[in-house]
Amino acid sequence: MFAVEAVGLTKRFGQIEALRGVDLSIPRARVLGLLGPNGAGKTTVVRILTTLLKPDSGRALVDGIDVAKESRRARGRIGLTGQYAAVDERLTGFENLEHVGRLFHLRGPMARERAHDLLGQFDLEDSGHRVVRGYSGGMRRRLDIAMSLIGRPSVLFLDEPTTGLDPRARLSMWALIEELARAGTTTLLTTQYLEEADRLADEIIVIDHGAVIARGTADELKRRVGGERLEVRMADSSELARVVELLAPLSCGDEVTDEAAASVAVPVRTVDGIVPDVVRMLDAAGLHVVDVGVRRVTLDDVFLTLTGHAAEDEAERERDSARSAAS
Amino acid sequence: MTAGTERCTLVEPSAEAPDARDVPTGAIWLLRDSWTEARRHLRAVPRSPELLVFATIQPIMFVVLFVYVFGGSITVAGYSSYEQYLLPGIFAQTVLFGSAYTGVGIAEDLSKGLVERLRSLPMYSSAVLIGRTISDVLRNVLTFVIMFVVAYIVGFRIEGTLFEAALATVLLFAFSYAFCWIQALIGLSVKSAEAANSAGFIWMFPLTFVSSAFVDTANMPGWLQPIADANPFTVVTNATRALYNGRSPGSDFWIAASWAVGITAVFAFLAVRRFMRAARH
Repeated sequence: MFAVEAVGLTKRFGQIEALRGVDLSIPRARVLGLLGPNGAGKTTVVRILTTLLKPDSGRALVDGIDVAKESRRARGRIGLTGQYAAVDERLTGFENLEHVGRLFHLRGPMARERAHDLLGQFDLEDSGHRVVRGYSGGMRRRLDIAMSLIGRPSVLFLDEPTTGLDPRARLSMWALIEELARAGTTTLLTTQYLEEADRLADEIIVIDHGAVIARGTADELKRRVGGERLEVRMADSSELARVVELLAPLSCGDEVTDEAAASVAVPVRTVDGIVPDVVRMLDAAGLHVVDVGVRRVTLDDVFLTLTGHAAEDEAERERDSARSAAS
Repeated sequence: MTAGTERCTLVEPSAEAPDARDVPTGAIWLLRDSWTEARRHLRAVPRSPELLVFATIQPIMFVVLFVYVFGGSITVAGYSSYEQYLLPGIFAQTVLFGSAYTGVGIAEDLSKGLVERLRSLPMYSSAVLIGRTISDVLRNVLTFVIMFVVAYIVGFRIEGTLFEAALATVLLFAFSYAFCWIQALIGLSVKSAEAANSAGFIWMFPLTFVSSAFVDTANMPGWLQPIADANPFTVVTNATRALYNGRSPGSDFWIAASWAVGITAVFAFLAVRRFMRAARH
């Protein structure tokens, strides 16, 4: 039985179709990565599955409970960590945990015991009796996740758990999520970092403009895009078109050009002896090669191939439009 | 981070039958959830004493200003001293101003994503608002006690029976509670705590000054008098003033009580409805 099952979720906000028929399911004790740029609909999916939002159509079950029809019962089975660390700054870490435990209807001693255990497991023992206002960003996130685990949820929802964290805090958050996964926590993780999904998720769903555009394991997705990449960087972007033409016989998929960097990446089946061949060929054609190299495909390539645009670019655009809308 | 082996206790894949974790329902749980929420806010009170200090200084300042600065120039017929007339009005104004924290606190919880978390818990959602309003009234009680002591020092006396004084105090807090719900609606409607603060306070100045709290409405210009007399704040002030001075409040008591119940009913309904909607977008 699946811990989470959603079929045909749609949601519209005014003119914007936030979701246009999203299906997903998570087997127990697995981590599903929901990957997409800002504004793709990831948070909308999470908010529907956590009963915060009603879908316009479609159906979602958590632990077999319909989240729209029996939302309070469904909320007893989930833990949610949103994009902002939702902790009460005026209370201590311990009090925050105990408070949420009480709202899960644990008895007082039980809530305190759980709070105490979780502080220990999340490396917050020493600061547990300090007011949260003085916590670092990483500590707040850890407390936030601890709070979503206090009711022993069947499913943990982590909505962009590393957004806004510095690199060190991000690494320790990854280690934490990996440990939770090893302990058998069914998790839905949203992220706009391809690296993050690659590392943490058993299965990945790529979502763009409110629709699922690909699903599979990280390896399956990488295979879809071709095994490896040949990257050629030129002195000048004006020669890129000619390079693409010359490399076409070697290519086994769509190339990706980056005008700004004057480079092009071509998926190839084999890389054996390819570098000297390519250098000789381009040189013979009188082109100005700066660098030729091979690298393994990343989820960035997957995203580019699937959507035709880079994940990060879209995120930037979203931020820009949000900013201009705000001003 | 501790070793991975200990982590196994963190999330036990539901060993018990799923139904064992079902969510309790019923009015008693609504009250428990509300009290749990109220306790969250009350725990924070001693940690920000500055809030309490300001909430106390302001009424003390008003008592001192009105009694000593204006007291000599303002005479109110039928009272043994201006203190006996003025202080019930100051009490009423203070507990009313105290309700503004409700809106500020709710706006703050909303902007920090705390409401989102609470909405994802198996609690009764309306307990978030009920708990907040209850805690604000309790904090108001603390302010009231301090103010009452100051009032006593400047010469205010309970001239009626203790029962009448208790009745007056209960009426004041019923009124204050009702206004917490107005503030709750404001807090849910604005975008930030700062906005909730301004939007919550601005209309309370005319409400409390165009009333019988500080002066007899009979001395106001003719066009203002009917407004001041109909002002629910005048009604509640008159009722509590009568009770503290050992007089019969007459119909004022019941009209004031009806205002308190009516405002609570209407605004609690509106606020809870708005809360559900705000959280669903």
